[in-house]
Amino acid sequence: MKSSVIVFPGSNCDRDIANALEKMQFKNQMVWHKETNLPKSDLIVIPGGFSYGDYLRSGAIAGKSLIIEEVIRAANSGCLVLGICNGFQILTETGLLKGTLLRNKHLKFINKDINIKVINNQTRFTSKYKLNQVLKINIAHNEGNYFTNSTHLDELKNENLIAFKYCDEKGNINNQSNPNGAIENIAGIFNSKKNILGMMPHPERMIDKLISNTDGVNLFSSILN
Amino acid sequence: MEITNTIIEKHGLKIEEYENIKKLLKRNPNLLELGIFSAMWNEHCSYKSSRLHLKKLPTKGKQVIQGPGENAGVVDIGDDDAIVFKIESHNHPSYIEPYQGAATGVGGILRDVFTMGARPIALLNSIHFGSPNHPKTKSLLNGVVSGIGGYGNCIGIPTVAGETKFNETYNENILVNAMAVGHAKKNKIFYSKAKGVNKSVVYVGSKTGRDGIHGASMASAEFDENSDDKKPTVQVGDPFTEKLLLEACLELMKDDSIIAIQDMGAAGLTSSSVEMASKGSLGIELELDKVPCREENMTPYEMMLSESQERMLIILEDGKEDHARKIFNKWDLDFVIIGKTTDTNKLTLKFKNKIEGEIPLEALASKAPIYNRKWSKKGISKKKLNLKKLKKIKIEESLIKILSSPNHSNKSWITHQYDQMVMCDTAQKSGSDAAIIRIHNKNKAIALSVDSSANYCKSHPITGGKQIVCENWRNLISVGSRPLAITNCLNFGNPENEEIMGEFAECLEGIKEACEFLKFPVVSGNVSFYNGTNKKNIYPTPVIGGIGLIHNLNKPLSHKFKKEKSIIILIGKTFGHLEQSCFLKENYSIIDGNPPEINLINEKNNGDMVLNLIERNLVLSAHDISNGGLLVALSEMSMESNLGIKIKKSKKLIDLNGYFFGEDQGRYVVEIDKKNLASVEKFLQSDSIYYEIIGETQEKFFEIEDEMKIDTNVLYKVNNQWYNNY
Repeated sequence: MKSSVIVFPGSNCDRDIANALEKMQFKNQMVWHKETNLPKSDLIVIPGGFSYGDYLRSGAIAGKSLIIEEVIRAANSGCLVLGICNGFQILTETGLLKGTLLRNKHLKFINKDINIKVINNQTRFTSKYKLNQVLKINIAHNEGNYFTNSTHLDELKNENLIAFKYCDEKGNINNQSNPNGAIENIAGIFNSKKNILGMMPHPERMIDKLISNTDGVNLFSSILN
Repeated sequence: MEITNTIIEKHGLKIEEYENIKKLLKRNPNLLELGIFSAMWNEHCSYKSSRLHLKKLPTKGKQVIQGPGENAGVVDIGDDDAIVFKIESHNHPSYIEPYQGAATGVGGILRDVFTMGARPIALLNSIHFGSPNHPKTKSLLNGVVSGIGGYGNCIGIPTVAGETKFNETYNENILVNAMAVGHAKKNKIFYSKAKGVNKSVVYVGSKTGRDGIHGASMASAEFDENSDDKKPTVQVGDPFTEKLLLEACLELMKDDSIIAIQDMGAAGLTSSSVEMASKGSLGIELELDKVPCREENMTPYEMMLSESQERMLIILEDGKEDHARKIFNKWDLDFVIIGKTTDTNKLTLKFKNKIEGEIPLEALASKAPIYNRKWSKKGISKKKLNLKKLKKIKIEESLIKILSSPNHSNKSWITHQYDQMVMCDTAQKSGSDAAIIRIHNKNKAIALSVDSSANYCKSHPITGGKQIVCENWRNLISVGSRPLAITNCLNFGNPENEEIMGEFAECLEGIKEACEFLKFPVVSGNVSFYNGTNKKNIYPTPVIGGIGLIHNLNKPLSHKFKKEKSIIILIGKTFGHLEQSCFLKENYSIIDGNPPEINLINEKNNGDMVLNLIERNLVLSAHDISNGGLLVALSEMSMESNLGIKIKKSKKLIDLNGYFFGEDQGRYVVEIDKKNLASVEKFLQSDSIYYEIIGETQEKFFEIEDEMKIDTNVLYKVNNQWYNNY
């Protein structure tokens, strides 16, 4: 399977995601943000980081960059697109995913391992997970507080477009287990065609037992499947 | 413009120093030249008060590739890998403007590391604040922590270890020390020494603005009530541009285009050009019209003294200009040839076709002043503290008091604001004795720790100096690494004061003795004097940043207990030293007496033994005993593992408080599987290591027979309260 990782000058999880993809046997290419041609790929990943510094709203400039037009075109024709952390923020800026990511409720950057629950496992990204499976996964962000209007929230729920929700070790979804204030503990969402996934947690950080755990592996193997 | 005494003083120069400048130039300097002298001759850049003492430190060893004198130190970690690392202070700017001060401290030390061709792989910090009750502390703490995080998180280098301490000595002068660690190929290290005449001198990175002018001079003086006026001398950080600069420099470093490279840190364009040329015994000529400027009508004086961040000066091989320009254009960075190397041994500054300044380089570098300042010795305090009269406090109560104190509270409120995982090689994070960073795509790793002990250094500087080196060594040992080398950040008060200079000289003596004995050389460092306000100096606070090597990282060793019913062994002898201890400070507010003695022979033997046991896979968990003594060490091993202990009181004739809270040095706690006990004892006995089997681990309860029994969850809660309520 062919994958492309979009590299903005301020991307900083690009190497990590590339390593993860290669480890999972993807044939991966790095695509520089000034490119206007996207190589043919089955999966496009927009990695974490600070795209163009993000001194303006996170992902705002990246959402208007040259390469992103190509990403939008590919996404609209059904290519799988995965946006992690800053990648999720960028996807909301392009409109490929609805809603937005506000500053964390405590107004501080958070890096820690938290738990998320698999809410929909009937997708190209999550089929290898069990429904309601609890994953331990790392987050690292300042703006991860997902927010959307009530019409879209209903749509997310009715069409089963919520991928993951923050929870505690036992799978309880509540205020205490919500690290950033995201509406209804939402940690990741799909578009209505379910070919685009945006998520704040970092699955690429969870593929190596020595460093963390292997809870992220099944996301990549689902895609490969 | 006539140079008056007021102008000289404003530049932080003494009148005698000005007379010396005139002699070296054989004429009066103009204002630009005076500014350049002030930038090069201040304490921060010239090390004029410290140099004589720094020379005594051991800096060599077969693992050392580059010792002090370059942008950072370099050590060999086998194969073709090298580690480049250094610690630096950004105390003064961080007190004036905590966010930007701390952020640019991180940015500056990162440049020192990637200038040498290394990709930064870890950041550490040592931050010291005043009393938590001081009105400024909370906002300073908040600002510094978000500044450190803001820079490191954005550029994408994990912040993996550090220390945060509170002591009223820092009420008016906080300490912010940042350490960066990078990985390079041994045969691809870049240095700052220029070679060859008529080579292009290239300016890359951000544009030059009017920020940070006189920053280095500001950092070379005490604060007073007008310190807030110094805000404009603090630089503003731009981690995004630094990321671009990092990637562009590393890309250019893949081939042989670069002759010499130097970041523009303190004293900006001045110190970078002077250092490169003088190290190569050459001259350098700059055309200042070409310097990329952020603001209009900047004068040569402002350009030469600006400390705008994220800039580098590079001397290129002939014919490589276009190739290099292409790379910097790709990353949208300025790339301008602003001058050339010459054979004149002078710094020549041209502006609008006129020579605006010309100074022989030796006057700025080798002929810069060196002072043999007077210093006074500090003896051992003869007074013995009488602890018998103190009100009795239960062991359990004392333990809780210490664990809930600001200095011992769990620091995750801070460390969760730093990205510790990016780059995916962090095998052990903050909160351990040392962080462990795997070398990318390899099975080996480095261990990292920073340590300081200001109270010990204040009460007896020689012992304090030795202690911090040993403490660092112990932390590296405890995670199973072989200690390799250190970097030091020497934070002291006003060196013109004999007593302060004595603290400096004696702390250094202690550091030297310990480093020599442990074969643990100093490969880089930084001195920060004038930490004080209105003649009140801070406690002497040397900070040691050490690295160790783990050959085979099969399983990172942590200090958390691993299982029930394993044997707990205390290695090293306990005498019950309570003077200068946390026990006295937190329970009785007594900070008095002498620090615990350091016995370097025991220190080395015990450390070598612990490492030997770890390398033979005989140890389940290990922890060094430091502040707070045995019981605090044991509770740290318990708290996050949810496993308790069941131990006996010592049968030896020292008092209970001394046994459980004494801060005797050279000690470790190790957890051993029962089945390995016999072989462990054999090793310990064959090397005549002093040890005690003190008990076993058990489920849930932290228990001393006939004395206390408490749920480890309660200890955890107590330990996690303070920050959340601050």
